[in-house]
Amino acid sequence: MRQDHLITATQLSRDDIEAVLDRARAVADDPAAYADRHAGRVLALCFFEPSTRTRMSFDSAAKRLGMNTIDMGDVDSSSVSKGESLSDTVRVIEGYADALVLRHPSEGAATLAGERVDVPVVNAGDGAGQHPSQTLLDLHTIREDHGLDDLTIGIMGDLKYGRTVHSLAAALTEFDANQHFISPESLRLPRSVRFDLHETGAQIREHEELDPVLDELDVLYVTRIQKERFPDENEYHRVAGEYRIDAETLDAAADDLTVMHPLPRVDEIAPDVDETEHARYFEQAHNGIPVRMALLDTLLENANPDGDEGTEVDR
Amino acid sequence: MSEHELRVSKIRDGTVIDHVEAGQALNVLAILGIDGSEGFGVSVGMNVPSDRLGRKDIVKVEDRELSQSEVDVLSLIAPEATINIVRDFEVVEKNRVTRPDGVTGVLSCPNRNCITNADEPIETRFDVVADGVRCDYCSTILRADIADHIDV
Repeated sequence: MRQDHLITATQLSRDDIEAVLDRARAVADDPAAYADRHAGRVLALCFFEPSTRTRMSFDSAAKRLGMNTIDMGDVDSSSVSKGESLSDTVRVIEGYADALVLRHPSEGAATLAGERVDVPVVNAGDGAGQHPSQTLLDLHTIREDHGLDDLTIGIMGDLKYGRTVHSLAAALTEFDANQHFISPESLRLPRSVRFDLHETGAQIREHEELDPVLDELDVLYVTRIQKERFPDENEYHRVAGEYRIDAETLDAAADDLTVMHPLPRVDEIAPDVDETEHARYFEQAHNGIPVRMALLDTLLENANPDGDEGTEVDR
Repeated sequence: MSEHELRVSKIRDGTVIDHVEAGQALNVLAILGIDGSEGFGVSVGMNVPSDRLGRKDIVKVEDRELSQSEVDVLSLIAPEATINIVRDFEVVEKNRVTRPDGVTGVLSCPNRNCITNADEPIETRFDVVADGVRCDYCSTILRADIADHIDV
């Protein structure tokens, strides 16, 4: 991968993706070989929106590469609450760190940050836009189970606001996957995402029900339908109920169907699915560590071409 | 149109933007940043009968020749427009507009949640795509309603 930043999944070629995933596999096989690789370097965690797992996952991945992390803390207690622009904030933090991980409630925030700083920026979610590091760990999970060729995937739930969906759908076009999108009419893929998919000639179909396609799927990727997307709570309960799966739902699925979810889930996947052979969402979350280690390693290597490793390597 | 039907007089030097879609003349002036305070003579014809368009608008700006980047942006709201450069009452150049690859600092993003609408020191940037323009920051696609988002 020859990229300075990771802002959207659309910037990634098949080769870029496979290079990171190959490295993630190497990291998972021998984590000790990477333990001091970026000692002396610092990763800044800039979360302008609440996050538990993504923030901790990057924190853990950085530390397993020998890095230190700095965290700007809650937005309420930072200079952002004093009215500082994102542009200024990232330009200041650039001086404190060797790379930035950014989550922000506005679409396009990571693009802006990438234009303002010279250190690598990883988009860890920009509003309803993109979440490409999640996509890399999603693809790693799929690759370990099924490989990435000749894949038929169903992506279900909130496709309109689901940034993990937007990134995943874009990346899957690099592998010519058959993509089925299952959602209520009001939460269909946004026009901009459909535009990109059509531009690549991707094979996509949209459905309102899971049943007709379930038995064709290698992977079912479920996302949460959020209550705040509906003006009326009864309507939310009615719609959300139609996109909930349990172990019985999966009786009609292929034996080797992989069920994934970016987490957190609420009740869209019943706990009885956890005990089936299909469930892969906890491994998926755990895959965030080797994949984000591989990603940070790659971006830092690109940013520091004179030497792969940090300043205090002594092995 | 014959001489005696002209609703606005000929200009000596400047630019005539003809075949503008009816109703877009004021947006054309907005894109060009002309509000009258510059001192140029400006004539606007709106809803003028046209063989090609049915009705059209015409904008004439005296003592001002348009740059290519201005013409590019005009093409987004007036794709049929012709640009006539006039010197000493004669049309010395007549060009159709062509669509540019992108436009910077002219349109506002209709997505209220786009970072370009968040009080950042930032110029909007749109790529021109098949049948509209697309925000470089949030990817929102703007089609028929481009003129509503001119921000100059």
